[in-house]
Amino acid sequence: MAGDEVLIEVRGLVNRFGSQTVHDGLDLDIRRGEILGVVGGSGTGKSVLLRSIVGLRRPNAGSVRVFGENLLALGEEARSRIERRFGVLFQRGALFSSLTVQENIALPLIEHAGLGRDDAEHLALLKIALTGLPASAAEKYPDALSGGMIKRAALARALALDPEVLFLDEPTAGLDPIGAAAFDRLILTLRDALGLSVFLVTHDLDTLYSICDRVAVLAKKRVLVADSLERVAATDDDWIRDYFHGPRGRAAQQVAAPLQETP
Amino acid sequence: MQAGNLELQTSSRPFRLAVSGDWTLAHYAALKRRVAEVVPQLQADSPVSLDALGALDTAGAGLLVELLGPARVREAAEGLPAERVALLRTVAAALDQEPIRDIPHHYGLDDVLAHIGRTVEAVWRQQRTLLGFIGLTLESLARTLPRPRRWRVTSLVAHIETSGLDAIPIVALLTFLVGAVVAFLGATVLADFGASIYTVDLVAFSFLREFGVLLAAILMAGRTASAFAAQIGSMKSNEEIDAIRTLGLDPIELLVLPRLLAMLLALPILTFIAMLSGIVGGALVCVVSLDISTAMFLSMLHDHIDVQHFLVGMAKAPVFAFLIAVIGCLEGFKVSGSAQSVGEHTTSSVVQSIFMVILLDALAALFFMEMGW
Repeated sequence: MAGDEVLIEVRGLVNRFGSQTVHDGLDLDIRRGEILGVVGGSGTGKSVLLRSIVGLRRPNAGSVRVFGENLLALGEEARSRIERRFGVLFQRGALFSSLTVQENIALPLIEHAGLGRDDAEHLALLKIALTGLPASAAEKYPDALSGGMIKRAALARALALDPEVLFLDEPTAGLDPIGAAAFDRLILTLRDALGLSVFLVTHDLDTLYSICDRVAVLAKKRVLVADSLERVAATDDDWIRDYFHGPRGRAAQQVAAPLQETP
Repeated sequence: MQAGNLELQTSSRPFRLAVSGDWTLAHYAALKRRVAEVVPQLQADSPVSLDALGALDTAGAGLLVELLGPARVREAAEGLPAERVALLRTVAAALDQEPIRDIPHHYGLDDVLAHIGRTVEAVWRQQRTLLGFIGLTLESLARTLPRPRRWRVTSLVAHIETSGLDAIPIVALLTFLVGAVVAFLGATVLADFGASIYTVDLVAFSFLREFGVLLAAILMAGRTASAFAAQIGSMKSNEEIDAIRTLGLDPIELLVLPRLLAMLLALPILTFIAMLSGIVGGALVCVVSLDISTAMFLSMLHDHIDVQHFLVGMAKAPVFAFLIAVIGCLEGFKVSGSAQSVGEHTTSSVVQSIFMVILLDALAALFFMEMGW
């Protein structure tokens, strides 16, 4: 599925908070159609990297080229047009709490696709069905939903405009193992059906083993290695060894292998 | 790039259906109308050709599924490129499980009536909850008072500082200004009757009986009831209240009693300050613009105004304090989860406590007048 065409190219990225440097000369590519897992210890700047790519944070130095254009050099309108090709799922969903699930999903359709309210809400119901939510969830407000349902509703909103690149920040954090596995399968299905490229920040080893095509390891203020899981796991580095060959890593490896093969 | 189109060829029987162009979000509204037109004429065995289909996304795939039904889409998709088949199959499977049923919006007269009904019921339920909460608080107060070891002195003093001491400047300034305004009004009206000297009585009467306590209470309702609701509300949404309960502690005793007692102590003091400051404001106007000397002002105050007016005003302060504190805390406890809920209940606490203060003040004025106090 994964082609070689590079959609997003991060070069020499530097992010600083006061005197603390989080990224120093970070390089990373995201290719069309792949699921790229980004891992790293707490505080290595995974979320900061995501925010830099989608344009929520202006890096201190370096370039982010998206679909061949430098996002930081573009004007407001051109940027907004590019950002519409992104879908972002925030860690805690970030659903608008004053709108129902259906209205949450219809909002970008009304604002950006120029649909009327009835059409937008009709299409929102399709996205709700696509993410495996029951239709009864459409009229609910976010505070009436469980954690797993919030994640699915937020994914439906991220998919509203049929984005080309999907950014997921810890999508399975806080879900039970069954819910997390179902969410992994959902992402895999949607990637295959919609031809998405997925940038996935995660701590969940099961997710890494079951759906990621490539894994990028963030450590020492840059991307230590970005390659297929086997090659990353074989890299000679203390942190990587502890991460992938600790007790949790081994267990995940044994369990997850079959999911990749099933269509 | 060609706009999506749907052609129903009626020249042959059964009708042939030709799908062409881009079925994407950009053409969604037009295509949806077209699908709605075609669906009733469609026969179950109409052959479908998807060969001229251009770009396709989930929006277009959803429309195709609605047009043909999940089973026939799967059939028609055969022979298309693999990723397109996958997309159509995924959408068909999703809609197979959860067919789209539009949720009707209607904004009729019955909705308005239903809304009025719900609101009235909510007001009624709110008053019952408030009475229940007052009972709970009094019970907890009665349990705690005989046991000085359980008094939360530190918390009490902290709340007296924030809700009482810190409010003195604003209460004093506001009542001073209102006192001056009342004196001006009195002077203007009474001058026509040659009775501008009675401005003194007007200011003293109004501030001792009504304005002192009312202004202090309204300021407290805006300042302190909202603070109580927001503090307790954010604790509630952070599950801190649940943590207090699981530690075997009583949230009423821990959170409500110190705030309630602080208000019961602070508001009478603030009321006293408000009365003084209002009268000083009135006196300033009398001295500066009505040629009533300070000595004259004081002697009139002494001769015309009985101490009972002061007592009538002060008697209302603890009642208002109790209500403001209880409403603020109750609204805090009613917060559920989201940040928006904290905001809603904070607003509601201010509105309710100001409403209750003015309502009770009106009732009390009637009562005191009938009693001749």
